[in-house]
Amino acid sequence: MADNKMSTRDLRAFFHKVEALHGVTLGFAGNRVTAIIGPSGCGKSTLVRCLNRMHEVVPGAACTGQVLLDGEDIYAPAIDPVQVRRRVGMVFQKPTPFPTMSIEDNVAAGLKLNGIAVSRAERDRMVEESLRRAALWDEVKDRLKRPGASLSGGQQQRLCVARALAVEPEVLLMDEPCSALDPISTARIEELLLELKENFTIIIVTHNMQQAARCSDFTAFLYAGDLIEFGETKQIFTTPARRETEDYITGRFG
Amino acid sequence: MPRVKTRGFGVRAVGDRIFNLTTLAMALVILALLAGLTAELFRHALPSIKAFGFGFLTSTDWDPTTDQYGALPFIYGTAVSSALALLIAVPLALGVALCLSEMAPAWLSRKIGFMVELLAAIPSVVYGLWGIFVAGPWLRDHLDPLLAKYLGFLPLFQGPQVSVSMLTASVILAIMVLPYISAVCTDVFRAVPRSQREAALALGATKWEMVRIAVLPYGVSGIIGAIILGLGRALGETIAVAMVIGNSPQISASLFMPSATLASVIANEFVEATSTLNLAALVELGLVLLVLGLGLNIAARLMVYGATQRRFQKPA
Ligand SMILES: Nc1ncnc2c1ncn2[C@@H]1O[C@H](COP(=O)(O)OP(=O)(O)O)[C@@H](O)[C@H]1O
Ligand SMILES: [Mg+2]
Repeated sequence: MADNKMSTRDLRAFFHKVEALHGVTLGFAGNRVTAIIGPSGCGKSTLVRCLNRMHEVVPGAACTGQVLLDGEDIYAPAIDPVQVRRRVGMVFQKPTPFPTMSIEDNVAAGLKLNGIAVSRAERDRMVEESLRRAALWDEVKDRLKRPGASLSGGQQQRLCVARALAVEPEVLLMDEPCSALDPISTARIEELLLELKENFTIIIVTHNMQQAARCSDFTAFLYAGDLIEFGETKQIFTTPARRETEDYITGRFG
Repeated sequence: MPRVKTRGFGVRAVGDRIFNLTTLAMALVILALLAGLTAELFRHALPSIKAFGFGFLTSTDWDPTTDQYGALPFIYGTAVSSALALLIAVPLALGVALCLSEMAPAWLSRKIGFMVELLAAIPSVVYGLWGIFVAGPWLRDHLDPLLAKYLGFLPLFQGPQVSVSMLTASVILAIMVLPYISAVCTDVFRAVPRSQREAALALGATKWEMVRIAVLPYGVSGIIGAIILGLGRALGETIAVAMVIGNSPQISASLFMPSATLASVIANEFVEATSTLNLAALVELGLVLLVLGLGLNIAARLMVYGATQRRFQKPA
């Protein structure tokens, strides 16, 4: 596990003293796609939100244990959560473009934040590059000044991917990014994952088993706040070691 | 073979029609009231309208002893005192609203919010008294000298410093409209979806940056609405202003000098109006105030409409 980009050690997450994650220890390989699967309510979102310190944004939420990014604990007292979130980007379940901003401004939104000062030309270059990476450039290049909310749902989600990529994170967290999308948009996002992993470490939550099987290198199966099984995707889907995993992936599970 | 009984759609349609007609009638009553009010004001103002024509709006002469009446000093006083009040109140109200919705923990936010709303429950006349005895003298002794010293190169802050003045009236007005603006803005900010805030935070925004890119833009039409509400209150506020503005029908560049507003002069002079023409002129001031209020409301609404249409475009 030496070349893990991120890892967690005995990670426990709480909502008002109720434990939602019961000590998860897990590694995420660099430049790979790791899928997190499990029935709804098992703690998938909670787990990924602990990885960029978004969990603590919810009132009453807290966590214990360690989350290491390049070997450094992101929960160490000296670490600023804002800096963590710049290195670990996130795409949410529902597309969340900023409704008052144009397509271009949406992508550049993160570039205007603290400490980052970019020239106009540099900004335009990064907007284009991010949109290309998110496979959206060709569809929007003629209407960059139009509102971000004028795009279709699938395009909005790719816009959010572009927005997250523009600040050049090292890790990209995606929490069920396709659950609100149609099959064609879903396919676009899945293709995208394969391209993105060349440059980024990707952690994707999905309730869609085929999706996990198709586009991830590793899969973690979570159940009721416990990590049940973790391994290479092929192994998890062909020869799961645990009975619960097998039941879940074969659909024999409530 | 049993026949299927058909009832048709008659009953439902009649009920709907009655409902529609009733609501339409109620809406029309409001319009009729407005129209009737305007017509009545117009009728009573007629002698003055006949005597002065459009010159009424541009003349600065207001002198009951010679029966000369011009509205400009009061239009000026109303516009400047309201604008200045908003200039003071809006940043404060936004600050209060952001503090309540973004910073303070829920229990504290409820308490402070309640106290701010209490400000709205204080009667105007109490604000007036407080302005006469406390705020006015305090501003004259402490704020005016400072303004004169550091900003004295502007005509706004020159000349003698009086406790009943445009500045005092504006400050009192600002305090009076603050709770309305801040209460509406607090609700507007609280209504910004959690997903928008989280989207900003996940990009690595600090709390203030989150407010700047997610909260304020999302709430912009609501903020404008809150400001219109405050403006409406400031334009029409009568008794508190009449008590602290000095009631002098003059246009002076200095904010330290007494002035008068449309509402304050009507309240002051109506009972002792001597001639028919004096009375008509006062009614015409009321008409001007009505038109000004309506005009500003329409303009502001168009602005909100424009802003929201441009910004929140629905998917094509
Ligand atoms: N804001 C919250 N407050 C209280 N409990 C929550 C909150 N969000 C999630 N939970 C609880 O934490 C557990 C894990 O939720 P979540 O991580 O959202 O599951 P998943 O993403 O796998 O569907 C669930 O039991 C859920 O009820
Ligand atoms: Mg979830």
